[in-house]
Amino acid sequence: MKVLKELLYSNDHEWVKVDGDKAYIGITDFAQSSLGDVVFIELPEVDTELSKNDVFGAIESVKAASDMNIPVSGKVIEVNEELVDNPAAVNEDAYGNWMVAVELSDKTELEGLMNAEQYEELCSKEA
Amino acid sequence: MDQLKKTPLFDSYGKYGGKVIDFAGWALPVQFEGITQEHEAVRNAAGLFDVSHMGEVDVTGKDAFEFVQNLVANDVSVLTDNQVLYTPMCYADGGTVDDLLVYKFGEEHYYLVINAGNIDKDFDWMNANKGNLDVKLDNISSEVSQLAIQGPKAQMILQKLTDTDLDSVKFFHCDRNVMVSGVKCMVSRTGYTGEDGFEIYTDNKGVVKLWDDILAAGKEDGLKPIGLGARDTLRFEAALPLYGNELSAEVSPLEAGIGFFVKLGKDHFIGKDAMVKQKADGLKRKTVGFEMKERSIPRHGYEVYAGEEKIGVVTTGYAAPTVKKNIGLALIDAKYGDLGSQLSIKVRNKMVPAEVISKKFYTKNYSK
Repeated sequence: MKVLKELLYSNDHEWVKVDGDKAYIGITDFAQSSLGDVVFIELPEVDTELSKNDVFGAIESVKAASDMNIPVSGKVIEVNEELVDNPAAVNEDAYGNWMVAVELSDKTELEGLMNAEQYEELCSKEA
Repeated sequence: MDQLKKTPLFDSYGKYGGKVIDFAGWALPVQFEGITQEHEAVRNAAGLFDVSHMGEVDVTGKDAFEFVQNLVANDVSVLTDNQVLYTPMCYADGGTVDDLLVYKFGEEHYYLVINAGNIDKDFDWMNANKGNLDVKLDNISSEVSQLAIQGPKAQMILQKLTDTDLDSVKFFHCDRNVMVSGVKCMVSRTGYTGEDGFEIYTDNKGVVKLWDDILAAGKEDGLKPIGLGARDTLRFEAALPLYGNELSAEVSPLEAGIGFFVKLGKDHFIGKDAMVKQKADGLKRKTVGFEMKERSIPRHGYEVYAGEEKIGVVTTGYAAPTVKKNIGLALIDAKYGDLGSQLSIKVRNKMVPAEVISKKFYTKNYSK
């Protein structure tokens, strides 16, 4: 199970990559592996205002549909449309394929996320 | 997982990468390698399923025929010995108790194969409808294990392990005395995938060896172990109903679209009067196939609309692996059920357009 050192993680198995006031958000390798073959991804419109834990999209495997919740509050400034056209890319590289980028509205929320070590521990408990 | 029921193969799943889930109180593998790969293996080569959770009821006695003929909606009188019949079993109001296979072993001996989640309910129902008939019912579910080998290469693979010429086992017939890899089995040419293949019944001891031996024999031919995930996508593409989705106590087989298996011309069977009336009055609800006109995937339980009006519910839906379309089955108000009819499916609070299409999503490849 791949976990990248430089990222932050949520309990819902999302990763957050901070870049100044901006954060890229995707799902982790653990998440893609538990889902199985991803066949559909639904993402929000640019400019959508999201509060922490809001549903920002959906990800579907052959078997089931799951909501994706945003781990940090902010306005959506970019959406990865390529992923909508090729959802299976998430299975190939979960960290190379972000879902959305948000303009962070409260950077202190980042302190509530896990580092790589803490996240690895969570995964080992859930595996 | 500890409180769940397990088949004798529970300890074998791990060896093949099986991911176990709770299915109707049973610890069963939802997938091994992955649902898509497993689905394609069955369509193009072959797959092996552990279906030991299925229930079996042995029916014996002088009135065995009369009992079964009254119990089920299809016509058991057409069966010859060692022939198999698919049939719904109904309540007096036409709602469905279960769908099952009836094996005829002789005039005084039938064998009923029922769904795992319905075993207790079905057995109670059967006993409640014995009346004064001279018939003995034995629920032998826990003593019988079952495998299914399905796909275009199923026969070729199974033939490697038996001296019985499998050509002699015709579509929906069985041979009760087949030695497979040294294990005594009953083999029938039946299944739940839309492909040719066999269901293999044996005892709990033999099945562990059988599972390993069949997988080993078929490895070079692309045989894979298959989980419940692909079992569902396979049966769905072939538009075969699943109890709990297309069929339930609230849905008659006519409404579920399997009226072909209801023989209203029979003298009597439980549910006949209600279904004769349903048919005479015209069906109010109908099970249709539909295709999404946008990219969303329909799922079991999603609501179906015609304009603003809620007209039904999706019974099963998928991004269908072989058909490669986002399609579903839905139980809807019959007046919106014609081919080409425009519907909306409510997907996460968004209305997505869909169109009624034929339920023949996938053309079955049976060897008849």
